[in-house]
Amino acid sequence: MQPFALIGKITMDFVNNLGAMAIFFSLAFINIFRRKQVREIINQVYYIGATSSLIVMLVGLFTGMVLGLQLFYTLVKFGSVGALGSAVSLSLIRELGPVLTAIMITARAGSGMAAEIGILRISEQIDAIYTMRIDPVRYLISPRIAASIISFPLLTAFFDLVGILGGYATGVLLLGTNAGTYFYRVQSSLDMVDIRGGFIKSIVFAVIVSCICCFQGYFCHMRTDGYGSKSVGLATISAVVLSCIMILIADYVVTSFLM
Amino acid sequence: MKETSLETTPLIEFKNVTKSFGDKIVLDNVNLKIYENQITTIIGKSGTGKSVLLKHIIGLLKPDRGTILFEGNPVGKMKKKEWEQYRSKISFLFQNNALMDSMTVFDNVAFPLKHTTNLSKNEIAEKVLKRIEDLELTDATDKYPSELSGGMQKRVALARALVTDPKIVLFDEPTTGQDPIRKNMILSMIAHYRKKFGFTAVMISHDIPDVFFISDRIIILWEGGVGFEGNYEQAVSKKLPLIDEFLRSLEGFEDELTGLLSREAFRVHYSALLGGAVSTAKVSAALFSVHLSILNDVLGPQASMEIIRMLGEYANKSFNPIGGFSARYSRDEILTVFPHTDAKEAEQLVLGFAEEMKSKVLATIQNLAANNLGIGNCFDIYLHAGVTDVLAKDDINQIIKKARANHKVVATYRCDPGGGEQ
Repeated sequence: MQPFALIGKITMDFVNNLGAMAIFFSLAFINIFRRKQVREIINQVYYIGATSSLIVMLVGLFTGMVLGLQLFYTLVKFGSVGALGSAVSLSLIRELGPVLTAIMITARAGSGMAAEIGILRISEQIDAIYTMRIDPVRYLISPRIAASIISFPLLTAFFDLVGILGGYATGVLLLGTNAGTYFYRVQSSLDMVDIRGGFIKSIVFAVIVSCICCFQGYFCHMRTDGYGSKSVGLATISAVVLSCIMILIADYVVTSFLM
Repeated sequence: MKETSLETTPLIEFKNVTKSFGDKIVLDNVNLKIYENQITTIIGKSGTGKSVLLKHIIGLLKPDRGTILFEGNPVGKMKKKEWEQYRSKISFLFQNNALMDSMTVFDNVAFPLKHTTNLSKNEIAEKVLKRIEDLELTDATDKYPSELSGGMQKRVALARALVTDPKIVLFDEPTTGQDPIRKNMILSMIAHYRKKFGFTAVMISHDIPDVFFISDRIIILWEGGVGFEGNYEQAVSKKLPLIDEFLRSLEGFEDELTGLLSREAFRVHYSALLGGAVSTAKVSAALFSVHLSILNDVLGPQASMEIIRMLGEYANKSFNPIGGFSARYSRDEILTVFPHTDAKEAEQLVLGFAEEMKSKVLATIQNLAANNLGIGNCFDIYLHAGVTDVLAKDDINQIIKKARANHKVVATYRCDPGGGEQ
C-alpha cells in the first residue's frame, strides 16, 4: 500500500503544481498588457536579454567551431565536405541554437529570477507590494515573462549567427574548405520553415523557463524541504533543473509537431 | 485616554474569527473591536496570532470561519471595487520593514504612488520629499536601505506607509530590536504622526509600559482568543492572574529608557512606605514634566527622548541617595516620592535639581537639536514641577493629581539665534 500511496501523492502533487503553474502563467500573461508595464519590460529585457548576449554568443561561437570540426572529419569520410555549411547551419538553427540558448539563459537569468523573487518573498517584500495595492504577479512576473518571450528568439538568432561563423572559422579558415561553398550551402539549405521552427521553439522555451523560474521563486515559502534562505537556494536549484529537463522534453514534442 | 462610546460603530470588528494552519488553531473565535482615530495595541505571547490578526485586516490572510467587518460591512462580501477602496485606506508597517532593498529611500517612498495613482512625476516627487522631510530623512533620500540604521529604516517604512494618506495604519512590532531611546522615539513618532495625519493605528508591541503611554486601547490575545479588551488602567485593575503575571513579566523592574523604577516596582515601594513612614513621618512627592509633544515638534524625536532619558537619569542620581524613588508615569512625566521630607524641603530639592538639569542637561541638547534645526535656529525648553505633601490615605493617582495642580516652571533653557544660551 505504501508504494502506491507514494506514487499517488507524487502524481497528485505533480498535477496540482501543473495546474497552479498554468493559472500562474495565465494571470501573469494577461497582466503583460496592463498599463505601466513597458518600462518594467524594457528593464527586464536588458537584464535577461542584453546582459546574457555575450555569454550566449560565446557559447554559440564555440558550439559552431566544434560542429565545424566534428562534421568536417565526418563528411570528409564520405567525400561531402561541401555540405559542411548545410550541416552546421541546419543543426544550429533547428536544434542546437534554441536549446543551448535556452539552457544558457536558464543558467544565467533563470536562476537569477528564481533567487531574486525568492528573496523578495522571504523578506516579505512581496507581501509589502500586495499591501500597497500592487498586484505582485503583475509587477514582478509579467514583465519577466514578456521580456523572456522577447529575448529568447533574439538571443537564439545571435547564437545561430555566431555559431555559423564559428563553423566557418574551423571549417574554412582552419581546415581549408572553400568559403564560397560554405556560405552557398548555408543559404541554399536553409528554408524559412527551419528558421520559423527554431523561433517557435525558442518562444516555447521562453514561456517554460520564465514560468518555472518565477513560479519556484514566488512560492519558495511554501516548500516543505527547507525554510528561509535555504528555501531560496532549493527553489533556485529546482528552477534550473526543472527548466533544463522541460526544455529537452519540449524540444522533442515541438520537433515532432514541426516535422 | 479617549472615551469610546458603546454606540459607536467600530471601524474594524472581528466576529468569531477562526484561523488554523494545519492542525494548529491560531485564532479561535476571536471577537474584537478597533475604533476610529485611536491607537489600539495588541499584545500577547509569541504564537498567539498577533501578526495573523493584522494580516487578516489587510487581506493577506482570509479567516477559515467568522467575519471581519469594516464600518459595519463584511470585508469578505465586498465587491472588487469596494475591496480596492477598503485596501486603499490601509497601510501596513512590517516588523522587518520590508523595504525594497534594491531601491533608494526616495524610490521606496514613491513606490506606492507610482503604481497606484495617476499623479505626475513632479507631483509624486513633491509628495515624497514632503514625507521624507516630515520624517527627518532628507539626508538619506538617495541612500539604499542597507546603508541606513535600524531606526532610519523604520522611519523610511513609516514614510512609505503614510505617503498614501491612509485611514488605518497597521504596525507589526514596530520597535523590535531597537534600543530604549529608539523604541521610545518610534512610539513617540507613531503618536506624533497619528495626531498630525489623523489615522487609526493598530499596533503589535511588547514595550510595556512605553506602549501604554500612547495607546488608547489594549487588546491582549490569550490562548487563541481575546483575554482582555480595554485601556491600561482597566487591564491592571482587573487583576486577571495570568494576564497580570504576563504584563508584569514584560514590564520588569526598571523603565528601559530612563533607568527609573517600573510603575509596578514603584507601587510596591510606595506600598511599603505606606506601611511605615507615611503613618509616622512626613512624606512628599514631586511630579516633573516636559511637554514632549511640543519638544517633538521643535527638536525632533531623538532630542526629545534624550531629554526624558536624562531627566530620569538625573532624578535617580539626585534623589536615590536621600531615599527618594521615581517612576515614569506617562511619556513625559516622572513622579518622585521623598520619604522623611516635607513639601517645603522637597521644593528646595526640586529647585536644586532644576538648576543642575538646566546647566548640565538642557544645555547639551543644543548639539542634538542642531541636527534637526540647523545652526542659527532657536528653541525653548521648560521643565515643570509640582510638589505636594503625601498623606497616608493618598493613592498614587491622587498624588499625581495634587502635584499636577501645583505645577510651575522650575527650569528654562532658552538659546539665542547664534546657538548660545540666554
